[in-house]
Amino acid sequence: MSTELLIWLLPLPPLLAFFLIVLFTNRYKGLSHSLAVGAALLSWLGSMVVFFQATRAEHLGSHPFVSVLNWLPTGEKWFQIGIRIDPLSAATLFFVAWTVLMIFIYSVGYHNYGQPKGDHDQKGLQPHGATVADEHGHKHLVPSIEPMYSRFFAFIGLFAFGMYTLVVSDNLLTLFVGWEIMGLCSYLLIGFWYQKPSARAAMIKAFMTTRVGDVFMLLGIAYLYTSVGSLSYSDIFKPETLHLLASTPAIGGFLGFSAAGLIGILLFIGTIGKSAQWPLHVWLPDAMEGPTPVSAMIHAATMVSAGVYMVIRMFPLLQAGSEGGHLTTAMSVMTVIGAFTAIFAATIALAQNDIKRVLAYSTISQLGYMVAALGIGAYVAAAFHLLTHAFFKALLFLGSGSVIHGVEHGVLHTGEKVDPQDMFNMGGLRKKMPVTFWTFLIGGFALSGFPLITAGFWSKDEILADAFANGHWVVFITLALAAFLTAFYTARQITLTFLGEPRTASSQHAQETTWTMTLPLVVLAVFAISIGWIGISESFPVIGGLVPNFIHEFVGSTLAEIPESIPFSFVPLLVSIIVALGGLALGWWVYRDQKAGAEDPLKRMLGPVHNLLKNKYYFDEIYDTIFVRPAYWLADNFTNQILDRGIIDGILHFVARIASNVGHVFRNYIDKPLVNGFGDFVGEGIKRVGRGIKVIQTGKVQQYLLMALVLAFGAMFYFVFALFGH
Amino acid sequence: MIPLSWYLIFAAALFCIGLYGVLARKNAIGILMGIELMLNSVNVNLIAFWRYRAPNGIAGQAFAIIVFAVAAAEVAVGLALIISIYRRRSSVVADEMNLMKW
Repeated sequence: MSTELLIWLLPLPPLLAFFLIVLFTNRYKGLSHSLAVGAALLSWLGSMVVFFQATRAEHLGSHPFVSVLNWLPTGEKWFQIGIRIDPLSAATLFFVAWTVLMIFIYSVGYHNYGQPKGDHDQKGLQPHGATVADEHGHKHLVPSIEPMYSRFFAFIGLFAFGMYTLVVSDNLLTLFVGWEIMGLCSYLLIGFWYQKPSARAAMIKAFMTTRVGDVFMLLGIAYLYTSVGSLSYSDIFKPETLHLLASTPAIGGFLGFSAAGLIGILLFIGTIGKSAQWPLHVWLPDAMEGPTPVSAMIHAATMVSAGVYMVIRMFPLLQAGSEGGHLTTAMSVMTVIGAFTAIFAATIALAQNDIKRVLAYSTISQLGYMVAALGIGAYVAAAFHLLTHAFFKALLFLGSGSVIHGVEHGVLHTGEKVDPQDMFNMGGLRKKMPVTFWTFLIGGFALSGFPLITAGFWSKDEILADAFANGHWVVFITLALAAFLTAFYTARQITLTFLGEPRTASSQHAQETTWTMTLPLVVLAVFAISIGWIGISESFPVIGGLVPNFIHEFVGSTLAEIPESIPFSFVPLLVSIIVALGGLALGWWVYRDQKAGAEDPLKRMLGPVHNLLKNKYYFDEIYDTIFVRPAYWLADNFTNQILDRGIIDGILHFVARIASNVGHVFRNYIDKPLVNGFGDFVGEGIKRVGRGIKVIQTGKVQQYLLMALVLAFGAMFYFVFALFGH
Repeated sequence: MIPLSWYLIFAAALFCIGLYGVLARKNAIGILMGIELMLNSVNVNLIAFWRYRAPNGIAGQAFAIIVFAVAAAEVAVGLALIISIYRRRSSVVADEMNLMKW
């Protein structure tokens, strides 16, 4: 099989699994998950083959694997779709395939496969546990299997299809198709437990918020198509096309942008929505309402990465028109939004108590890192961080799911009424859940950039070094500060969850989860460490150059010219080591002996600021006041009352009344007298004639004979006189 | 030779007598006999026309024979009907047989 054909086939197995599960195997839980995991395994296998083919191919950057088909006839031309694997998409494919497969396997355990059915579980609600009796006759409450088990696997299959489509596509339209499929799936999956009002609200919020970004992105795509006449990357990224786009002013001279600048900003707004950047970040923390594998799917492997992937993909366009390291408008916008989001989300994460919400804000913050890195032109560093982040964030999300699962087990066991997601209800889990602890520790260290060992250190250091080397001081300081906060809240999370003594009976009775959940953790932990080694800068002292800087060579070659390696400097290295270690140490020190029921020490230190952070700077409330309520108000008062009931219904009623009157006229003056009259006339007439002439039907044979005689005479006279008379 | 018109006058007279009998008699058998007279008057006509106008052919005779046959059959059926009615109603008065009216 040629590599191109294999690439075409990559997205299909999960889609097939989706249809098979939905249509046929919905009732058979084991079969459904076998189908889904099997499909993920097939796609993973194909992706690995493609990835290794890609690493062996020479000059993949200038000669990527491309295959194109005619799809839609547009006038005289064809709109083409196709697949394209260049170094960037190959690297993305690598982490997507791994994380997707791990998440699929993890879901089997997370949804309690093999456990009994719940006592009173309902579809659309989280399983509440099942009562079982052990050999001594003691009754226990144990976790019960998810009632809509198959449905979950169908949805994540479709989700995986969307992501694979997005990664292998060679043009913006099919990328957008994959993008929207994921939008739909995230909606369905966030609201997976749809009987919970909060889940319903979260699903709508996520869908609407991302829609805002997507509309702008679609505008950008449309604008690009009208200017270039094609959406294929290879057409857009031709130097002359880019030059033309950069030198033509935007439609109507919009704010003095060039066409490239306006398109870039419109596309970037799509990323703001999808990757949850400020100001469209609000949906992502609420998306935690979904089951944990969904959080990992959405927040690590696929959807939010897709946003960053898209801007990295479109980097040549964003950069078009920049000369000598000068940032274009689009890039400046990205830098500002990214850096602001990085620190903004990191501060909110400090004051969250829900283990998944901390990770959600941390994801927003890390995505801000990537966006800011791309904004200052650190293309390779952004892609590198995307890659490492996908692994360690998937690890952290799956780890947090494992923790929640373990604590839920304790909650069921003890019958305590505590929130199994609140970190202040945990503590001391390192002995109860060793595998989860060690892998979570690795993930957390990678997230905070623990020096030298973890992947996060190398990619984050790369970004900081780039900002430093190019003299973007503000960005450098902001990102360093954000890194410090990241290390702090990560240490807070790990300390509160795993260290110290159990603060509730539930965490006392927590239990390590099954192998289907811990195996993905271990695999991802391996990557969370090792994936960093392939991107160590060659100018790094002592260990630089031991492992070739694969990321730089490989991913960098996607661009027309491989970006120059930045010279080594001790300042960013020291800063990044200090903030990582300092933050971790401080976090551990503050929370090292948190007592049960005691309030968060940070609350004492920060005072009212803590309240502000805990309420996420009141963004939800602000949006509620500015957008949601006015929208409801407008919908009710204007659209419903005036537009719909007043004008549209008015017109309809008017038309109806006219029609009714015309109908009356027709009925009274045409139908009744003419049509009915004629019908009645025929019937009545015949009846009357019959009544008139029935008198001759006397029944007397002689009268009949007489009549016959008279008629015969009549006929005879007629013939004689009429025919022969003259 | 007796002129043709005499035959025709005789036949017409016979026809009228038959017709009168049919219309005036109350007895169903009388009516039937009247019909026979009318049929036979037609036969006289047929034979007379044959003899005076087309003596070479046999169409007139053939017609007359057919009319006899029809008359015989008619009488057979008619008498059978009358007998049947008489058995049911003990009457052969035509005016009383008025079932076939509206």
